[in-house]
Amino acid sequence: MTRLNTYDAAMAAYEPVLGIETHIELDTNTKMFCGCSTVFGAEPNTQVCPVCLALPGALPVANKAAVEATIKIGLALNCSIAEWTRFARKNYFYPDMPKNFQTSQHEEPLCEDGFVDVVVDGESHRIEIERVHLEEDTGKTLHVGGAAGRIHGATESLVDYNRAGIPLVEIVTRPVPGTGALAPEVARAYAAELRDIVRSLGVSDVRMEQGSMRCDVNVSLNRPGEEWGTRTETKNVNSLRSVERSVRYEIRRQSALLDAGDKILQETRHFHEATGETSPGRSKEEATDYRYFPEPDLAVMEPSRAWVEELRATLPEPPRKRRERLQAAWALGDKEMQSVVNADAVELIEATIAAGSSASGAVKWWLGELSRRANESGVELDALDIAPSQVAELQGMVDDGRLNDKLARQVIDGVLSGEGGPAEVAAARGLEVVSDTGALEAAVDEAIAANPDAADKIRGGKHAAAGALIGAVMKSTKGQADAGTVRRIILDKLS
Amino acid sequence: MSTISREEVAHLARLARLEVTDEELDAFAGQLDAVLESMKALGEVDTEGVQPSSHAVPLVNVFREDRPQPSLPREAVLDGGPDTAEGRFRVPRILDEEV
Repeated sequence: MTRLNTYDAAMAAYEPVLGIETHIELDTNTKMFCGCSTVFGAEPNTQVCPVCLALPGALPVANKAAVEATIKIGLALNCSIAEWTRFARKNYFYPDMPKNFQTSQHEEPLCEDGFVDVVVDGESHRIEIERVHLEEDTGKTLHVGGAAGRIHGATESLVDYNRAGIPLVEIVTRPVPGTGALAPEVARAYAAELRDIVRSLGVSDVRMEQGSMRCDVNVSLNRPGEEWGTRTETKNVNSLRSVERSVRYEIRRQSALLDAGDKILQETRHFHEATGETSPGRSKEEATDYRYFPEPDLAVMEPSRAWVEELRATLPEPPRKRRERLQAAWALGDKEMQSVVNADAVELIEATIAAGSSASGAVKWWLGELSRRANESGVELDALDIAPSQVAELQGMVDDGRLNDKLARQVIDGVLSGEGGPAEVAAARGLEVVSDTGALEAAVDEAIAANPDAADKIRGGKHAAAGALIGAVMKSTKGQADAGTVRRIILDKLS
Repeated sequence: MSTISREEVAHLARLARLEVTDEELDAFAGQLDAVLESMKALGEVDTEGVQPSSHAVPLVNVFREDRPQPSLPREAVLDGGPDTAEGRFRVPRILDEEV
């Protein structure tokens, strides 16, 4: 059994140092060094060519769009862009690369020395970026014969090279000390900010659950005033929540080992979503000896300053600035805005408002009812089968008094089950606030007749008793009456 | 004094997945030593202020537009491997160690 300290006990004795390496798959049309398509989901090994396979005589040529995307990422992360940079071969034998090397960058990355500021609990933390470099993704390996597709216990593996060669950007932070007990939240906030920045650039869909953004999370512990400890690296963490949990788990695990006088092994570890634990990964024997050397088949790159400035001019408003602007425009408090960001609802709400909704209406639907539906179905908010324009239409019907909130929720039911847009669903299901005063008066008369005690109390001046009659009217009209109107009619009749 | 040790040659052979006998180790260590020794002559050239070169051709910024080109037919791709299954390359067990 792995011994664990409580998080509080760990933080009472130790200080964590973080480090995060992030891999982001670019969404170019073609691979990094050849014209093979990158479309996801193709039959295995149908997007492969002599360059991917490094067949004799094949000549790789760098994808300009990928280089531009990487420079944009570097600029958005406040990096300086190299004036002279080249690719390097990282040599290793592993079936995920048919070439027996990965084309990467070594001593001369495309971008260096940047930073990202993240706010956690109202406090700003600067995460320094050491480098941003361009490389290629590896193939996909299917392990056969072991439990649940794991490499352990597998008798053989099947390899698909469609992914091998897709442009991959690696973003490496400098060590991050000084976060104290907030380390897990800071790690998560950094990953979220990085994702938002890259997404705003439109160069990757940065979907962690689909693997187009993956984090390797380094954690070490030291006693206050002592040197930094030995770090572990938890590989391929694939959700924001897992980034946070993996840091928390490693802090608890490492502190228990250190308390017992044991040493931390410098190793790579795997994170398990189901249990929230990490376990030792494969030990790449001699793995550190990659014998990098400059890639002779690819020309050196000298990004001109004019080109860099041209790309800088295309950068969108930084996500943080944009959030501040939207928060002010939508008149939201810090907590509410944080909920919007955590729910990944910024774009959805913006689009809903652009389609004519009030800000408060858009925020209410996306954070309330629709978030609840997404949680229930276990999907992301933007995967729900309702468009921002439909939410705006729904809110418009509420504003016009044609729907109340209860009816609007039933309309959402219909839209989500594919019955059409809000107006269509309301018409087909007969969901509309009863505005016919004659019908309402009749319903009120019925309610008065059925509840003589309540009616007497109201006649006697106890207006609070109207609740019972309103309830009865709402019931008889199946919720399609406007409660305020019903109340007014009741009071008119009985006083 | 030799420039490269027998152990270093064994290490390199392991990294390159080459099976080398004891006799070969001795022979290669000697040969590589001679090669490295003669390369040392280059170290005597004054390269102060000279940018290290990695490419024989003085080309920079050679880029490709991001337009898809046809890939190979899958049969042609898989033909190059010793064993295949389900449209994929089949490789032996990757991990040596027991679970």
